[in-house]
Amino acid sequence: MMKKVYMDNAAAMPLLPEAKEAMLPFLGEDFGNPSSLHEWGDKARDAIEEARASVAGLIGGSPEEIYFTSGGTESNNFAVKGLALAQQAKGKHIVVSAIEHFSVLNPAATLGKWGFEVTEVPVNKYGAVNPEDVKNAIRKDTVLVSIMHANGEIGTIEPIKEIANITREMKIPFHTDAVATAGTIPVNVNELGVDALSMAANSFYGPKGSGALWVRRGIRILPLLEGGIQEGGRRSGTENVAGIVGMGKAAEIAAAQMRDRIKHLLPLRDRLITELPAKIGHVIVTGHPTNRLPGHASYCVEFIEGEAMLMLLSSKGIAVSSGSACTSKALKASHVLLALGLDHTLAQGSLLFTLGLTNNGEDINYVLETMPPIVDRLRQMSPVYDKFIKTGKGG
Amino acid sequence: MPVYNEKVMDHFMNPRNVGEIKDADGVGEEGNPVCGDMMTMYIKVKDDRLEDIKFKTFGCGSAIAVSSIVSEIAKGMTLDEAMKLTPNKVVEELGGLPKQKLHCSNLGAQALHRAIDNYREKQAKLKGERYNPIAEAEGGNCPHCHAETDGDGSTACQACSVEEQECVTGE
Repeated sequence: MMKKVYMDNAAAMPLLPEAKEAMLPFLGEDFGNPSSLHEWGDKARDAIEEARASVAGLIGGSPEEIYFTSGGTESNNFAVKGLALAQQAKGKHIVVSAIEHFSVLNPAATLGKWGFEVTEVPVNKYGAVNPEDVKNAIRKDTVLVSIMHANGEIGTIEPIKEIANITREMKIPFHTDAVATAGTIPVNVNELGVDALSMAANSFYGPKGSGALWVRRGIRILPLLEGGIQEGGRRSGTENVAGIVGMGKAAEIAAAQMRDRIKHLLPLRDRLITELPAKIGHVIVTGHPTNRLPGHASYCVEFIEGEAMLMLLSSKGIAVSSGSACTSKALKASHVLLALGLDHTLAQGSLLFTLGLTNNGEDINYVLETMPPIVDRLRQMSPVYDKFIKTGKGG
Repeated sequence: MPVYNEKVMDHFMNPRNVGEIKDADGVGEEGNPVCGDMMTMYIKVKDDRLEDIKFKTFGCGSAIAVSSIVSEIAKGMTLDEAMKLTPNKVVEELGGLPKQKLHCSNLGAQALHRAIDNYREKQAKLKGERYNPIAEAEGGNCPHCHAETDGDGSTACQACSVEEQECVTGE
């Protein structure tokens, strides 16, 4: 049988068996509505409150500051729109970075249509935001800064503490999209100094469709979804009890195992980052070489296109992602790669390996031996490579 | 279900006629790596027929499959027949492509047409005649909204009004 190597954990992670076990009763006999004032309701409510405490514990917040959502996208939408709209009497200007996820950039663009002004701060070639740029972007009418904790495409970890020092001094609410970090690396809202933080259960082996927004007590936020008074009226709708319970269990285990998980991932990641470019040549590591997510290795392979690489790797049992235009439904190269200053052709060669707990040294060996012939094969049929060989240009 | 059908996968995994013809009678280049795909077609012509075709392609799975099938079906055709090869015919031969990949089929036919034009232009020059290249967009699909375009020379897709030539600027 062909070896199978899953290295696309940024796209989806397997559900922890413990989380699944914890969820099952709430997909079966414990079907009660947490708002109900009887035995069935009590059971569901208790389970949600237990999960809330676990999720709060994972990021060092208080349980009453956690609002459960349908995932990272909703948390980011809720934060960007909810925080900005709650403050609009004070001003209509927000600051984001150029490499935010679309679930931050698109709501920001919508706010733009609603009369807000949006400033995008740039990143350097490693994808890092300069806190000074944030400081300079802030104006009298700035009511929100939203900068991600780490970028899921290039792995770079942003200087959130330094940015928070600035926003605190200027008394501007600061939201961070921590979908890539919460449950993966230590995240403490008080050490970071942020006012709101997005997270998603599937980033730490919890169920899809389950996330949370943490909002510091005293910070005003308007709801995205209005209706009943679930989640203190800030997020209406009958709770996704099983999803929340699964997230709680996954958060509890992530907190307990975080150190071991990182210890497992780091050497594997570092082998990929150093050995793959050395073996293949004309491969650029995207993102910061060291200050990056523990299981995250991303590249641009010169002269060839990402989807073709991805498909050939897939035919050898290796599952990865790419940010090339051809892999995106919008047929546009990743805005993150372009923000690093990479040209379009190079961005087409994007390839992303995101490691997980099931990966081991043998998987890395397998990738290191499988990948070079695939790259070679595609380069042999690439007119761009042809040009490079003949003229030394076009790389 | 996989995104690509078996025939597309076969042409991607085992592309026919990959390479370069050193003393090609005509060479045609189409696309731009900025948009994601670029193809170079090399042709050898004998008695007004395509005796040999080779290609090199920078691009995704469907771009490679399209190049491969174009080279396969056009081999042996007369030049006039080959000039009539449409993107739709290419897609049909492949048994279909995903909607957002339909525009790849434009490139394959177009690269071949450019190679034939290049050959005819050279022939005309030898005779001291003028030749007006005829390879132009002959319909296909807009890469943005996937609607069929008529190739009437207008620069925007009529269905979604995104500029058809949007990515050419990055050259």
